[in-house]
Amino acid sequence: MSAHTQPSGSSGNGLVKWIDSRLPVFTYLQKEYGEFPAPRNFNYWWNFGAILTFMLVLMIFTGIFLAMQYTPHVDLAFDSVERIMRDVNYGWLLRYMHANGATFFFIAVYIHIFRGLYYGSYKNPRELLWIFGVVILVLMMATAFMGYVLPWGQLSLWGATVITNLFSAIPLVGDAVVTWLWGGFVVDNPTLNRFFSLHFLLPFVIFGVVVLHVIALHVTGSNNPLGIDPKGPQDTIPFHPYYTAKDSFGLAIWVTLFAAVVFFAPNFFGEPENYLKANPLVTPAEIVPEWYFLPFFAILRSVDFNVWFIDAKLGGVIAMFGSILLLFVVPWLDRSKVRSARFRPIYKWFFWILILDCFLLGFVGAHSPADQVFDGVEGLLFIDLGHVGTAWYFIHFLVLLPVLGMVEKPKPLPTSIAEPVLGGGQAATGAAAKPMEKA
Amino acid sequence: MMDIGNKITRVTATAIVAGLTLIAGTAGAIAAGDAESPESQNWAFNGVFGKFDKASIQRGLQVYIENCSACHSLEQLAYRNLFDLGFNIDEVKEIAAQYEVTDGPDEFGDMFERPAIPSDRFVLPFPNENAARASNNGAFPPDFSVLAKAHPSGPDFIYAILTGFKDEPPEGVELAEGMNYNPFFAGGQIAMAPPLFEDGIEYTDGTAATVQQQAWDVTNFLQWAAEPEMEDRKRIGWKVVLFLLVLSGLLYAAKRQTWARLH
Ligand code: HEC
Ligand code: HEM
Repeated sequence: MSAHTQPSGSSGNGLVKWIDSRLPVFTYLQKEYGEFPAPRNFNYWWNFGAILTFMLVLMIFTGIFLAMQYTPHVDLAFDSVERIMRDVNYGWLLRYMHANGATFFFIAVYIHIFRGLYYGSYKNPRELLWIFGVVILVLMMATAFMGYVLPWGQLSLWGATVITNLFSAIPLVGDAVVTWLWGGFVVDNPTLNRFFSLHFLLPFVIFGVVVLHVIALHVTGSNNPLGIDPKGPQDTIPFHPYYTAKDSFGLAIWVTLFAAVVFFAPNFFGEPENYLKANPLVTPAEIVPEWYFLPFFAILRSVDFNVWFIDAKLGGVIAMFGSILLLFVVPWLDRSKVRSARFRPIYKWFFWILILDCFLLGFVGAHSPADQVFDGVEGLLFIDLGHVGTAWYFIHFLVLLPVLGMVEKPKPLPTSIAEPVLGGGQAATGAAAKPMEKA
Repeated sequence: MMDIGNKITRVTATAIVAGLTLIAGTAGAIAAGDAESPESQNWAFNGVFGKFDKASIQRGLQVYIENCSACHSLEQLAYRNLFDLGFNIDEVKEIAAQYEVTDGPDEFGDMFERPAIPSDRFVLPFPNENAARASNNGAFPPDFSVLAKAHPSGPDFIYAILTGFKDEPPEGVELAEGMNYNPFFAGGQIAMAPPLFEDGIEYTDGTAATVQQQAWDVTNFLQWAAEPEMEDRKRIGWKVVLFLLVLSGLLYAAKRQTWARLH
């Protein structure tokens, strides 16, 4: 518990010292996870970094064990997943953890991203840190998309067909690109094989980017709910034991929720139709992606009109990829110098409207565009909601973020983190200050 | 740590989100599909404490063998899986031995037929999909292995289909050649003729074989076939969740104590 009171690198027994003087991993861990000075005022939204790390490791472990039993062949894939569910010891547990793990991974990453948007964590000097985060999101999406193809159910096949077909919208070379992606003229065995290979590879790439993300974090230090920089030792506490304790508690709650779903409702987030074997001759009544893609799917389908020389299909594809890639430039779209939405009276409201908008888009994505929203109400179709939701999404980022930065009058910022925390400007005493003197 | 105004904004916003999602959810449910939605039944396996009704599942196996197995395969199951239902080795051997499987090649390179044994998979009614369609007016009787998981309200849907046949379609509904009216099936027409009849089978345990009873039993059987791990899963689940709750409590106490040192 008192590791942080010992000077870096000099702790531990002979072997630790021997290794550390040759490869300073222990010094590194001590510095970056022991003493690392963190703002003292994190709330529980800061728990999700630890939760995400846990989910990534869980996905890699369950994935590796699934891969030992899984067969990437169109004639055998579905059956091999059923073998895992029925004949492999605790195979059902592995598979349900992996499938629901993807869901919980995405819930966590979305919360983590919206946390960043609320507290302005992407602003100077954390732009690169944010960009690595968006890279992770994109890689996660690619990984999850290809993973969903592996069990080779109806939606695996048809989802893969619909999404890869998007690339055919690229002018001139589109069809060639799609054939190249498929390794043939339809989604078939070569497609399944490469998706398996890439699905195995990408999580390790994600792991690498996570390392970069964390290194970048440890250069700039963490943001905090007030969005102001720590001014001195009284504003920070060592990561260990304070945030290790807090993160452990939050993680335990998260894992409890996860376990409840895995054991009691393992198919709640899944589409039942994916329990039908893939059949190239039978198109499912409705092809819906996994829930975590629904808002983007809605944006894709909401562009149902031609703009200038861009036809609706290409327009939809541009809008969908644009809605994700947009996140890369958010640090430069937002012109406000104030980070935390707590001190941005107008942005705060638009933040919540954006959340509602994303839920709305998710809801739209789950329904076919030509359907009526309410049975009794003539004329209101899902596509209409899709138009509004999509337009608002882009307005928020492309118009509101830059404009608000110029017109909004922020509330006065506290002078230091310790001030509101300790209810006065006086310097903190005791445990808080001590470790920092050593650092 | 957080001022009250802030908390209120946050709680209100969360409530609005939750509310809208709920409204949206119900609206969607009403708008969905052209088939009647099945009534939810009070299954023994429902809920976090749910268990399989083994007696019903055993009868359901009999219904499957006598009434469905001529058309519907159960390709993910092996006869040995029936041990889970409480059958003993002799009973399982006897069930398996009713079927012939192709084995081989023997020492002369020839394939040969032999009675099935417990380690064999449930014998398929048709060699392939085309053969199945050819005998069913072009329709394909789906495999039963995970059928109960392949519909949004799986078991309720199966039960509703089996008990929902009507002799006469309602006014204005024109049945296609070889189709049967069933309001729970998409489009209201199904290529399967009603497979269950009052006293169509004689239960070995003497239960009265009404259509409802047979439908109930075979649905229980299909739910078991789709998730044979369910009882283990829920039992382990309780232990894991209770353990995690206690662990969370301890970690919370540890966190409080650690943070108390700050001031
Ligand atoms: C004579 C062959 C035959 C028999 C016997 C038979 N079925 Fe079917 N069943 C079919 C066919 C063919 C279909 C496909 C119907 C369609 O697509 O319109 C079907 C469809 C179904 C469906 C709907 C599946 C879906 O999701 O689309 C259920 C449920 C079903 N059968 C249950 C049973 C049960 C239970 C039994 C035994 C009590 C049984 N069937 C006996 C031929 C049969
Ligand atoms: C970023 C981490 C990962 C994500 C988001 C992810 C996501 C997914 C998803 C959504 C599925 C489909 C689940 C289903 O419905 O059955 C899946 C299946 C699969 N994944 Fe992953 N995965 C990850 C990491 C891995 C790793 C590291 C491996 C192997 C080393 C792996 C191996 C597999 C296998 C073999 C399947 C097929 C079995 C099945 O469908 O359950 N995954 N993955």
